[in-house]
Amino acid sequence: MSNENTRPVDMENRSEHPLVEVRNLKEYFPITTGFLRTTMLKAVDDVSFTIGRAETLGLVGESGCGKTTVGRTLLHLYKPTGGEVFFDGKKVAKDTLREFRRRAQMVFQDPYSSLNPRMTVGDIVAEPIDVHGLCKNKHERSERVHDLLQTVGISGEQASRYAHEFSGGQRQRIGIARALASNPEFIVCDEPVSALDVSIQAQVINMLEDLQERFHLSYLFIAHDLSVVKHISQRIAVMYLGKMVELASSVELHRHPVHPYTISLLSAVPMPDPQKARAAHRIVLQGDVPSPIHMPSGCPFRTRCNRATAECAQSCPPMREVSPNHFAACHNL
Amino acid sequence: MAMLEVKDLHTSFFTPAGEVKAVNGVSFELDEGKVLGIVGESGSGKSVTAYSILQILTHPGKIVSGSIKFRGKELVGAGESEMRKIRGNKISIIFQDPMTSLNPVYTVGNQLMEAIMLHTGRNHEQARERALEMLGLVGISETKKRMKQYPFELSGGMRQRVMIAMALACEPDILIADEPTTALDVTIQAQILELMQDLQKKLGMAIIMITHDLGVIAGMCDEVIIMYAGGICERGTADSIFYHPHHEYTKGLLRSIPNIDNDEKERLVPISGTPIDLLRLPPGCPFAPRCERAMKICLEGRAEEMWVSDDHIAACWINVWEAAQREAAAGGAQARPAHGEGGANA
Repeated sequence: MSNENTRPVDMENRSEHPLVEVRNLKEYFPITTGFLRTTMLKAVDDVSFTIGRAETLGLVGESGCGKTTVGRTLLHLYKPTGGEVFFDGKKVAKDTLREFRRRAQMVFQDPYSSLNPRMTVGDIVAEPIDVHGLCKNKHERSERVHDLLQTVGISGEQASRYAHEFSGGQRQRIGIARALASNPEFIVCDEPVSALDVSIQAQVINMLEDLQERFHLSYLFIAHDLSVVKHISQRIAVMYLGKMVELASSVELHRHPVHPYTISLLSAVPMPDPQKARAAHRIVLQGDVPSPIHMPSGCPFRTRCNRATAECAQSCPPMREVSPNHFAACHNL
Repeated sequence: MAMLEVKDLHTSFFTPAGEVKAVNGVSFELDEGKVLGIVGESGSGKSVTAYSILQILTHPGKIVSGSIKFRGKELVGAGESEMRKIRGNKISIIFQDPMTSLNPVYTVGNQLMEAIMLHTGRNHEQARERALEMLGLVGISETKKRMKQYPFELSGGMRQRVMIAMALACEPDILIADEPTTALDVTIQAQILELMQDLQKKLGMAIIMITHDLGVIAGMCDEVIIMYAGGICERGTADSIFYHPHHEYTKGLLRSIPNIDNDEKERLVPISGTPIDLLRLPPGCPFAPRCERAMKICLEGRAEEMWVSDDHIAACWINVWEAAQREAAAGGAQARPAHGEGGANA
C-alpha cells in the first residue's frame, strides 16, 4: 500500500532539513482476540510529516485515532513497527537515541498522574538533569531547578513541596518545567490543557507560546479541541483511525477544509456565540468510529462518509497535494 | 408560577477538614418547556445544585437551608418516599460518564425495563415494548439486538443514548443533563446535542443543561446561569449573557477562549490566579481575588443580585457602583464622583 520511497508529503519548499521529519511511521499493537490468536491493531498506519524549527504542528482527531500514539512513537517511547524518524537531519536509532531524548521532551495530558507523588517538585523537575548529567554539582542543580520553576511561574521556594500541594494548572506548569529541564528543542505536548478548567487553559497556552518564543521551541501539539489547536498551531494535521487525512496551514484548514471528515469535524465544534451557533449548519456524522481492530477496507472513513463511492471500499486514498501546501487523502476531490 | 423554583439554596459537605459550602445561596426559576444552561468550572457547585434538586447527594453532603419547589410543592424536607415519586418520573437526570452510570452486569434492556416498570406500573411485556420504542426514539438501530447487549458492548455515544432513553422513558417534566457530552468526542457530542434538541421539541420537557463548555450551551439554551464558587454570578437570556456580560468572571471566561473564526493571531487574555478554596470562602465576592477590577467593597461583602436589564441579573459590585454613578449623574453634576474614586484597585 505504501511506497517506501515516497517522500514526506510536505517536504517541498523547505530549506535543507526540518527539525523533525517523520517518514511512513507505523505502530501496530498485538491484541489477543481469542485462544492463541492475535490480531494487529494498527494504531498508527503510515503517517508522514515534518515540523520546522520554532514551528507548532497541531494534531487533531477523536479518541482512538492514534494521535497520542504518534507522539509517543515519534519520541521512541514505543518502538516503531515501521518507518523512520529524523531529528535535525539524523536518523533516530540506537546510537542517537540518548541525545535525541535530551533534545526532545514530552508534556503529558494528566497533570495528576504524570507527576510522582513521592518525589518533591524539585526532584521531579531535576530528573532529566540527573538522567543526562547536565549539572556538575548540587548547588548548580538546585539553582537550575529554581530557575526552571521561575520560568513557568512557580516560585523557587516551592521546590521542596510535593505535587499534591499544587492545583491542576500549577501541576501542568511543573510538567512543563520538567520538559524544559534538558534544554530541548522539540516538545510533544499531549493534550496539555484538556484536563484544566477553562479559566486556567488560557494561562498555560500563553505560557507555551512565550516559552516557544524565548527558547525557540518546536511543538507537536496534540489535542481534540479544535479552537485551541487552531490558536496555537501554524499547521494542523487531522487524523482518523490511525491515518492522516488532511494537513494544511491552520487558517487554510479552517477556511477551506477538503476532506469530508475535516469538514464535519469543524462543523461539530461548539461555538460560544449564540447567534452563530443557532445559524450554524452542523454536519452530523452518522454512526460511530469503527473499531481499529476491524478496520473497514479501503478508506477508513468511508463507513461514515456521505461521499463514499465504490472506489473508497477498494483502496485507501494516498495523501496528495490539493493546493499548495495543502494535503488530503480522499478519492473524491 | 414557574414549574421549578429554587430559592436561596445552601448545600454543604461536612468533611473532616471542615464545611465545604458547595452551593451558597442559589436562586432560579425554570418554566415549562424551557432550556436552562448552568455553566461553571469544576467546584463551582453546578452539579451539586442539580443533585440537591433530586436529593441524591452523597454522604457528607446536606441541604442546609433554602427552598426547592416543584409545581408549588416543597421538596426540601420531603421524605424519601415523596422523592422517589419525583425522581425519574417528574425530574430525571443523565450523568456525565455513560461508562460508569450503567450497571455492567445487566443487559441494556433489563435496566431500561426496570426503570419503566418501577415508575409506571407497566407489566413486563408492556415495559419491553416501551423500552424498544424509547431506544428507537434516541436513534439506536437494531433495537431488539441492543436490548440483549451489555453496556460494555456499546460505544460511549451509544451508552449516552441509552441513558437518555432511560431518563425519558417516563416522560419527565424536567430533564437534568449533567455534562452529558463531556466524555464524548466532538462528532459524537454533536449527535447527542442534536438528539437532545430534537427530543426537547418533540416531547416538550424542560431541560437543565449543566456544562463547563460555553460552546455547548450557546445554541440551545433559553436562559443561562454562570456559577462561580457556589454562587450565581449572573443569569439571563443566552444572547444577553454572551453579548452583554455584566460580571467580571463571565467577561474573563469569554475573553479566555480562543475564537476559531479569528484568523489573526491574537494573544488570549487569561483569568489570573487559581480557583478558590471552598473551605476558606472569603466574606466578599469569591471572584474578587482574581478580579482585575476588584474594589475595596468586593472584599468586604457579596454583591446582591441586581437587575441590569429586563432579562438579566448580575451579582457584581461594579454594576452597583455604575448604577449609583448613573443616578448621581442624573441627579446633578456636582454629586458625580471623580473618575476612579471608590474604584481603587485592591
